[in-house]
Amino acid sequence: MPKREDIQSVLLLGSGPIVIGQACEFDYSGTQAVRALKEEGYRTILVNSNPATIMTDPDLADATYIEPLTPEWVERVIDLERPDALLPTMGGQVGLNVSLELYDSGILEKYGVQLIGADARAIRLAEGREEFAEAMARIGLEVPHGGFARSLDQALAVAERTGFPSIIRPSFTLGGTGGGIAYNREEFERAVRTGLEASPIGEVLVDKSVIGWKEYELEVMRDHADNVVIVCSIENFDAMGVHTGDSITVAPAMTLSDTEYQRMRDAAIACIREIGVDAGGCNIQFAVHPGTGEMLIIEMNPRVSRSSALASKATGFPIARIGTKLAVGYRLDELPNAITQKTPACFEPVLDYVVVKIPRFAFEKFPKADPVLGVQMKAVGEVMAIGRTFKQAWMKGFRSLENGRAGWEIGATLADDGLAGDDHETLLAALRQPTADRPFQIKRALLNGLSDKQICEASHIDPWFIDQLRQLVGAETWYRSLSEPDREAVWEVKRLGFGDAQLARVRDESESDVRARRWAFGIHPSYKMVDTCAGEFPAATPYLYSTYEDENESVRSERRKVVVLGSGPNRIGQGVEFDYCCVSAAFALAEEGYETIMVNSNPETVSTDFDVSDKLYFEPLTLEDVLEIVHLERPLGVVVQMGGQTPLKLASALRDLDVPILGTSVDAIDRAEDRKRFEALARGLGIEQPANGLATSEAEAIEVATRIGYPVLVRPSYVLGGRAMEIVYDEESLKSYFHRAIQASPEHPVLIDRFLEDAFEADVDAVADGQSVLIGGVMQHIEDAGIHSGDSAQVVPPYLLRDEHVAKMKVHTRELAEALGVVGLINVQYAIKDEVVYVLEVNPRASRTVPFLSKATGNPLARLAARCMVGRKLAEFELRGDGEIPGVAVKESVFPFEKLPGVDTLLGPEMRSTGEVMGIADSFGLAMAKAQIAAGNPLPLSGCVVVTVHDKDKPNVTPIVRRFHELGFEIWATSGTARYLRGRGIPARSVQKVHEGRPNIVDHIISGEIDLLVNTPLGKHAQFDDYALRRAAIQRRIPYTTTLSAASAMCDAVIALRHRKLQVLSLQQRARRVQEVAAGT
Amino acid sequence: MFEGGLVGADESVALGEVVFNTSLVGYQEILTDPSYAGQIVTLTAPLIGNYGVTTADDEARRPWVAGLVVRELSASYSNWRAESSLADYLARHGIACIEGLDTRKLTRHIRSEGAMRAGIGPADLGVEEILRRVREHPPMAGLDLTGVVTTPEPYGLAAQGETRFRVAVYDFGVKRRSLELLTGRGCELTVYPAATPPARALDSEPDGVFLSNGPGDPDAVAGVARLIEALAERELPVFGICLGHQLISLGFGGSTYKLLYGHRGGNHPVHHLAARQVEITSQNHGFAVLAEGESVPGADALVVTHINLNDGTLEGVRHRELPVLAVQYHPESAPGPHDSRYLFDEFIGLMEKRKPRA
Repeated sequence: MPKREDIQSVLLLGSGPIVIGQACEFDYSGTQAVRALKEEGYRTILVNSNPATIMTDPDLADATYIEPLTPEWVERVIDLERPDALLPTMGGQVGLNVSLELYDSGILEKYGVQLIGADARAIRLAEGREEFAEAMARIGLEVPHGGFARSLDQALAVAERTGFPSIIRPSFTLGGTGGGIAYNREEFERAVRTGLEASPIGEVLVDKSVIGWKEYELEVMRDHADNVVIVCSIENFDAMGVHTGDSITVAPAMTLSDTEYQRMRDAAIACIREIGVDAGGCNIQFAVHPGTGEMLIIEMNPRVSRSSALASKATGFPIARIGTKLAVGYRLDELPNAITQKTPACFEPVLDYVVVKIPRFAFEKFPKADPVLGVQMKAVGEVMAIGRTFKQAWMKGFRSLENGRAGWEIGATLADDGLAGDDHETLLAALRQPTADRPFQIKRALLNGLSDKQICEASHIDPWFIDQLRQLVGAETWYRSLSEPDREAVWEVKRLGFGDAQLARVRDESESDVRARRWAFGIHPSYKMVDTCAGEFPAATPYLYSTYEDENESVRSERRKVVVLGSGPNRIGQGVEFDYCCVSAAFALAEEGYETIMVNSNPETVSTDFDVSDKLYFEPLTLEDVLEIVHLERPLGVVVQMGGQTPLKLASALRDLDVPILGTSVDAIDRAEDRKRFEALARGLGIEQPANGLATSEAEAIEVATRIGYPVLVRPSYVLGGRAMEIVYDEESLKSYFHRAIQASPEHPVLIDRFLEDAFEADVDAVADGQSVLIGGVMQHIEDAGIHSGDSAQVVPPYLLRDEHVAKMKVHTRELAEALGVVGLINVQYAIKDEVVYVLEVNPRASRTVPFLSKATGNPLARLAARCMVGRKLAEFELRGDGEIPGVAVKESVFPFEKLPGVDTLLGPEMRSTGEVMGIADSFGLAMAKAQIAAGNPLPLSGCVVVTVHDKDKPNVTPIVRRFHELGFEIWATSGTARYLRGRGIPARSVQKVHEGRPNIVDHIISGEIDLLVNTPLGKHAQFDDYALRRAAIQRRIPYTTTLSAASAMCDAVIALRHRKLQVLSLQQRARRVQEVAAGT
Repeated sequence: MFEGGLVGADESVALGEVVFNTSLVGYQEILTDPSYAGQIVTLTAPLIGNYGVTTADDEARRPWVAGLVVRELSASYSNWRAESSLADYLARHGIACIEGLDTRKLTRHIRSEGAMRAGIGPADLGVEEILRRVREHPPMAGLDLTGVVTTPEPYGLAAQGETRFRVAVYDFGVKRRSLELLTGRGCELTVYPAATPPARALDSEPDGVFLSNGPGDPDAVAGVARLIEALAERELPVFGICLGHQLISLGFGGSTYKLLYGHRGGNHPVHHLAARQVEITSQNHGFAVLAEGESVPGADALVVTHINLNDGTLEGVRHRELPVLAVQYHPESAPGPHDSRYLFDEFIGLMEKRKPRA
């Protein structure tokens, strides 16, 4: 049966901001879904609050709404667009939950919208843990024996049966939010309370602990004719107990025999049929007892998931695309396998390679976070590596991580590997606790004489994996011992997956020596295709990975070609925004007639979809791996400015090896990044900079700081995301900082800037073609100076800056772009204080704000930049000036504090947000309100505001509080602030600080009496108070702000929400409106 | 020529037709499947031996492959069911295995040039000498190998539970799993050597006849016409798998041909025409029955029931009047998906129809 003709338009929901547990894999799925629907001729309506995504590019869907993903806002879109159907399975847990709420509240029925793909019954069966357990019992499958509880008493009754340790999982949450493992009653009670709180329906599942069991996942697809295929099997390296998002995982399963695998396959098929996912994909997790083979079914996700993104990339089977086509009525056997193009999609991919996925953590950003991995996901990104063997994929994966190690190598110190010693006892104790450091601890354990058996017993990792790792350690030791590696030795270690950089360290050589030797032997990687069929049929799509074998399948074409380097694993400071830029570049360059070649290692991304570029190399973004591709492909040039710091770090080394770099020259990048050279440039242009200096030693740092005066902003050079950036108020703090900073980036000195307190900050993004410059827009930061630009809320056009300052920033940006000879993107950060415009930094590359600004203004900056890089001129395009922005857009950041208990939520110069949302409207207030709602900070329209601010902030907070008072809010404040406010005619009730006794502010927050918290840091001594307050606010999901400007903006937002109706407008309509205005009406 | 390390066998040269199998798991079932007699099997899955071997997974009393080609033979194994390593198993049975070569290159070579004669031998013998022996080895076309793998003597197998039917099994290289699926459905079996005259096998008046899978060229199997004629005459329910399917087709007038490189793996989509459903199937065949649309040229009595979705080749037939059904693929799986086990139920259904329960 072909596609459905009874529906003409389909509504698709994205997943909102990137958070831990819900990352850009849903940009991958949403983008595939939009493209698949368009291909079938359906009118496609998309709602997503995340502007950094590719799916929200106005070129993709017919109507793109960047609006909050809440039922009431989506209802507004439904009312306006009247779609025939809603596809709920592509937007992660958020998309699914909102769809279900729309269904339950009767909104879908009211507007005649059908759920396609998975219906409400199926979603509920799969997601409600109790219903799921019952459904599985009906088909004879066991779930970890336990029970459901809606109260602590009920939970304790279940625990009587399961015993400890037990696992507590809240229903209907993503990434395991709020889940935990309890080893005793006290931990149990705590975990149950957290879990009940986290679950939107107040329900937790108490599981029998299957810690130490082997964990597997199957990706399953089914069509409405009940054809079912298994796309991929995945085996977790880490045993049960570690969230699968935090586990190293391997595809296909490595240690299952056919007998066991088929039993699991049968169970998965029975499961998807019983749950009734009609048309689409799902992910099913299993636990297998390592000693008896007992198999339990853990859970099923009736939607596209992180694992399905991984499975798609691992197999070449585009799950989201196929799932979408199934949802609109196709059968699996009616759809072609996109890779072979000759065989149907109704088959099960087979692999002749091994895929290893390794999570990327950000604990360096959150030193206070608990590093132990458990059922709540903590990773912020991941890499995938493809090799012909497990060992090869493992080694490639570790060198893709960009964590400062050249591969799977132990740290310079024990502390780097999270160890206090390396005696057997200490190592075994460490191995018992899964952490991000464990792979390196395993290596130390293997080196220090622990047996496989000891390692396996402590870690519960399967002996087969440990043996593989022992082989790698053995090879490394052997290679180190050689007097001079001959061709055979080099071939051997390359086949095992060792990178040149790691081999260099093993023998204390330079990477270039290792490369020279390898090349002298004529050893280069060969590239093999990911073809879904293990070579059985010819593949039409060049999706490639490197290995060391006889036959190379990558054939260079005669076309003009460009290599685009991707951004590697997501991490804080480098996320989906850069993938957006890379994909935009690939699309634009393809339109310019170039063959596009993408290189990336991140399976969650759109850039690693094989149909985004002409050729995809799924490879680590290291010098070695990129160089080999360049040598084979001989492109016109390499694009390094789209993928953030990852490709940029390679730029000078590539240039030195005569690789042509497209766009802005490497020298210009260096001129902008090098402090001394940049200072000379700014001085030459007459652009003010904050007083600054550069220090390579502690003594020098103190000298510089004393000269320019405290407070100072210190940071290592060449970092993204404000890594190790701090504001330092005195010499003592500077000393303590300096030691840490040196560790953060050993090759580069520390930069010291005068910190401009209470300044306004702004970002400008622009595109230059070497002659003219297009200003993308000026984005004003809502938070004061000192908060990382990636964490600060931003608004475009600026709403509080004086026109002359805005004009000056534009002029400076043009001057800088021209002086640097920028061809492509440039981002400049400014601060305005006491009527002076200072330039803080210049980045001649794609910035985090490019997608936001492109969506806000309608100018596709990244695409334009890519065109300029191949010689097109801005004058050749019809462009909109930045004065014609169709409304007001606010970007708000989203933080992982909920997922990382123990972390302070105070913002500072080090970036800690994982994602962003955008609110766009005709007024600042409404745009701000939308941004807040979309970021998960629903604004109270009435109730009680608590104010506790630093003495110096009291005068400035007063008018803001007065506005809240006039809006009818009750005002509470800590005693000093309350007295101050009362003295100025604002009735304010006093509440106790934490150390003043009870009940105190935290108690009031916890008992739900407070609706909004305004808290500016009270100084060192009150740190604990502040910290407790903000944590309580997060736990109770009470909106809070730590800056006055944000408080004021929130007030505007409340007013807007109270006075205006929920107004939505698609990006396409906004653009049309501007065109009409420009057309002279 | 491909170079690799020799594992398992002694210094002699292993000769056979080199083919590839794309199954991700199930190496032990593949090794012991008698249909692979005379073939050197390349496994496209790169890591082999990870979960060891266990007698429970043997499909026959010994491995039948002529040789094995793998990218990496796992040095260790881990699985609660495992009894020994694959390397030990290969050595114990004297199976030559070459490892470490570019199996994907070999697979692509076979894909474009077809399954061909090959040999695995020690390098010091010299390429010329090995090649000479390969050339002396008979090609697969025209080869009847059923006599090599079949049981030397008839034997009986009791039904599991109550005996409902008595089935005569022609062992052309039968897999243990087929027998189990029959006994598990209440069939008492008598398993006959491949060359057993029909009269002898049918004398005991079985309720049905099962024609098993097996190696070699179906055209070369002797006595096919006589066997099928005898079965048709008695209007006995017949179920054929793989070689059995080919013999049934030949017996009713159809013809077979050699595929370029065959179907070997566990992921082939087969369209069950009547049910309008797709089954993911386990396959292992180098020859196929010629079909035109839904008919089998020369065999008007047969109707096409199953089609391979990858290349449109014939995957199953039934007789228009007689209770005869047959499939080219392996519903008994082992290794492979269990999607097609309903066929065993259909066979039981044919016998039930003929002999309703008392």
